[in-house]
Amino acid sequence: DDKLLTEPLSHPDFFSVKELFTLKDLFDARVHLGHKKGCRHRFMEPYIFGCRLDQDIIDLDQTMQHLQLALNFTAHVAYRGGIILFVSRKRQFCHLVESTARACGEYAHTRYWQGGLLTNAHVQFGPGVRLPDLLVFLSTLNNAFEQHVAIRDAAKMNIPTVGVVDTNCNPCLISYPIPGNDDSPAAVELYCKLFRMTIIRAKDKRRQSEAIEELR
Amino acid sequence: TLRLVCTTTAVQRKNVGASGPEKYTEAFIKKQIEEFNLGKRHLANMMGEDPETFTQEDIDRAIAYLFPSGLFDKQARPMMKHPTEVFPEQRKIQWGEDGRPFHFLFYTGKQSYYSLMHETYEKLLNVQKHQDQLIAQDLPLQKEKRNLAGSRWLTKIELEEMLLEKLSDDEYSRFIQLLQKLAALPCADIEETYIQKFSKEVPVQLQKVVIEPLQYDERGVAFSTGEGKRKTASATAVVYDNGTGKITVNGIDILHYFPVLQDREQLLFPFQFLGRIGKHDMVCTVSGGGRSAQAGAIRLASAKALRSFVTEKEVEFMRQAGLLTVDPRVKERKKPGQEGPRRKFTWKKR
Repeated sequence: DDKLLTEPLSHPDFFSVKELFTLKDLFDARVHLGHKKGCRHRFMEPYIFGCRLDQDIIDLDQTMQHLQLALNFTAHVAYRGGIILFVSRKRQFCHLVESTARACGEYAHTRYWQGGLLTNAHVQFGPGVRLPDLLVFLSTLNNAFEQHVAIRDAAKMNIPTVGVVDTNCNPCLISYPIPGNDDSPAAVELYCKLFRMTIIRAKDKRRQSEAIEELR
Repeated sequence: TLRLVCTTTAVQRKNVGASGPEKYTEAFIKKQIEEFNLGKRHLANMMGEDPETFTQEDIDRAIAYLFPSGLFDKQARPMMKHPTEVFPEQRKIQWGEDGRPFHFLFYTGKQSYYSLMHETYEKLLNVQKHQDQLIAQDLPLQKEKRNLAGSRWLTKIELEEMLLEKLSDDEYSRFIQLLQKLAALPCADIEETYIQKFSKEVPVQLQKVVIEPLQYDERGVAFSTGEGKRKTASATAVVYDNGTGKITVNGIDILHYFPVLQDREQLLFPFQFLGRIGKHDMVCTVSGGGRSAQAGAIRLASAKALRSFVTEKEVEFMRQAGLLTVDPRVKERKKPGQEGPRRKFTWKKR
């Protein structure tokens, strides 16, 4: 049992997450497109490649690295049987995110976030509830273009976060930010596909390893 | 478990699902059901009836007999019902042994409501996809028109019962709007079964007042009857055709029964309105009330009887004139602290 948990940590890319996407895929899905120069957030400047006709372009090389780290992390969390919660407050992609979560066997929250959900969980849900082990943000802003409350709450509760940060978002409190576009349908579909594939791959690998251990 | 000593209103507002595990565990409900069944058999033995065929109605009768109560509220009286009716349906614990919740929308708080919205939206997308396919193949879209007149959507309380969750008005209205949007699409026939889960039949309340046909007595004269009430008086009138305008009340002529002109005018008003004063005879019986009330009751009764003699248009005229409406005014009760229904006691400055 210990061997099952420690073995994946010794490899840098145990779940071969790099194979899932190429730079061309990201470019075709319009991940590099950011918002206008006026909307730019100060802390996103290191991730921005440049500005064309007032529109910010995100550096896809950095995005590749960050995406690979984030997907690797989610795969490890899923391998260890952790609860993953997909959060997004974009009404356009609410249905897509919920369907992705259902397909993975994980959880989603694309609706109005009640204040004490993470911080006051024992009162909201009942004693003995288990909180999510990872929060995945498909969009870090809420409907009022402010930072989603869940980022701050997850930081308070020591829950790691993975989030797609656009040029108008604050990447500070997110443990694994992924600089990229969060508004285009193509980009969001790509992210959903990638997360779904990593989680399913990680869970399958876990089941295989457990089966091999039982045979011994 | 943590116990909060001083609570605020925010803390007291819990989810319905949260209050479940602490109040009624499954074992508790099972025990209650067993006790109920045992008690039912004891009761049957006490009443001297067969324990096997002792229905809920028999239980109610037996309890009413053994514990007679004069309490006004039926729900305050002693009752013995099956535990599933007594204890409200609570949701069991939402997560498994390893702590992972069962439902994928558990962390939203209102999992049933949001999963319902998710499903309904999925049906909407399905219908739109189907529509696009039909348009691509140049086929006609609408097949039959759905009858929306005789159905209504579920009320908020019914939806809350269905989902076992509290809803706000805003959420309920959003759900109904989504349903209406789905139902309004031309290809909504595909998801007909799904929509019908949330709509209820409203029985069409067309209470058309049936005008009775004319009856004929032994002499061959046409007549019809009518009934009327006013305050505490109730009257029945029989109006005969081919008459001379004689009116008899309780066997007495109206000149002697109603000495006051106003009452006689009231009796004659329906005939005068239709212009048939000297053409009909009337025999009426009246009881209760006072002079004016009896006159009003007979007026209503005669107007109802005259409907059979007259065309539908004239019936509508009579209705608009107020001849066919029951006068709802009754004596208002006296209130404590006042001398009469409205009159207050004399106010004295000192």
